[in-house]
Amino acid sequence: MNAETKSTDAFEPKIVAFVCNWCTYLGADLAGTNRLEYPANIRILRLPCTGRVDFNLIVKAFEIGADAVLVSGCHPGDCHYTAGNFHARRRWDLFRELLDTVGIDLNRVYFSWISAAEGAKFQKLVTEIVDKTREMGPYEDYKKLVAES
Amino acid sequence: METELRNAIRKLLEEKTVDVAIGYGRVGVNGAVGATFVTNPDDVDRLVWNNECRQNLATHLTRAEIKKLGKPAIVVKACDARAVVVLCNEAQIKREDVYVIGVVCDGIETADAAGNKTGALMGKCLSCVEHAAKNVDLLIGDEAAAKALDEKNAPNAKSVGHYEKLAKLRAMSQKERFEYWREQFSKCIRCHACRQNCPLCYCNRCVADKNRPTRIDTSSSLKGNFAWNILRAFHLAGRCVGCGACAAACPAGIELDLLNLTLANAAEDQFGYVSGKELGELPLIGTYSPTDKEEFIR
Repeated sequence: MNAETKSTDAFEPKIVAFVCNWCTYLGADLAGTNRLEYPANIRILRLPCTGRVDFNLIVKAFEIGADAVLVSGCHPGDCHYTAGNFHARRRWDLFRELLDTVGIDLNRVYFSWISAAEGAKFQKLVTEIVDKTREMGPYEDYKKLVAES
Repeated sequence: METELRNAIRKLLEEKTVDVAIGYGRVGVNGAVGATFVTNPDDVDRLVWNNECRQNLATHLTRAEIKKLGKPAIVVKACDARAVVVLCNEAQIKREDVYVIGVVCDGIETADAAGNKTGALMGKCLSCVEHAAKNVDLLIGDEAAAKALDEKNAPNAKSVGHYEKLAKLRAMSQKERFEYWREQFSKCIRCHACRQNCPLCYCNRCVADKNRPTRIDTSSSLKGNFAWNILRAFHLAGRCVGCGACAAACPAGIELDLLNLTLANAAEDQFGYVSGKELGELPLIGTYSPTDKEEFIR
């Protein structure tokens, strides 16, 4: 096997990021305009607010082959809609408990606050998630489940 | 108690305080106990009360076809009474529009696949510390006996029944838990009996029935079963009153109440919130506090 085919066969994690329109999306944009490089493994989906992130979207992301999921929005107090992220925070807290009982790998579900000014934080976090997921390997449990459906 | 219940309902119907009484009766094949609707005072003998009354009748309060019958009186156990409270708090019914008859309950027995009594109490009953229904218009049964049962169960209420099962599950590794649910959910036939029997699953159109776009598989498939059961449990986060009607209705015998119990535990531990305790309480998920924990957020 030559070096070229080896690199295409290597596992490249797929990360789905649900980000809010007002903070993290702009943070990602800032990372771009500042020429901060981050891995291309991340697929950004822009939603109006983290309060809009239906927990079912996280499950759906795993169904369609995500190896990890990131949900990110405005810092508490900065929400464009005043309290969307507060509502989201309480919901995620409970949702994590449920995922834990069902046996979903919580190391593959990330939550963060990234403001429009934190391009560097976005770059750092995404790089970290991709590195960690690469280390953990593909989410075989869920992929197997989908393959058997 | 049964006679007392029948007399009370006869009186209510005769005096036209209510138009219909929702109670338990032997309506199923082999005399299985299920919901019975009585509108004529002469028919009250159809009503029964025993330890096979597994259903939570509050589920009928929000149904359009029942609402058409007029003002209802409803027979509730303590856990079902909490569901009525949540329905009021979520503005689905008005408390004054329902006449709630609480019965003192000393535990409900589980049924086997054929519907026969097993002699064992339901998990929720082993850890029950509320045998007499609260927030009711009329309580039937011996309150002192109910209190004695409450006190008997109180010391290890959080370590028996389905609490014990959940603790065992949580002690497993993450992979083992996943395997456990994989096996359980593979039995799910997506009949949605859990949804139909849940008093708090009252949406006119369930997300599981929507197919444009399809949020979750509408027929039984392993991935769809995972999505559905996660969705069903989480839509009851901070709302489920732990009546166990979902698990009792499940033809596949999946212990759905363990998922709900996880969320109820989390709501109580982290927010001190117990669903259905008081009338006028705000829903847990519909509110927030700036001091909610967030150590899992980066």
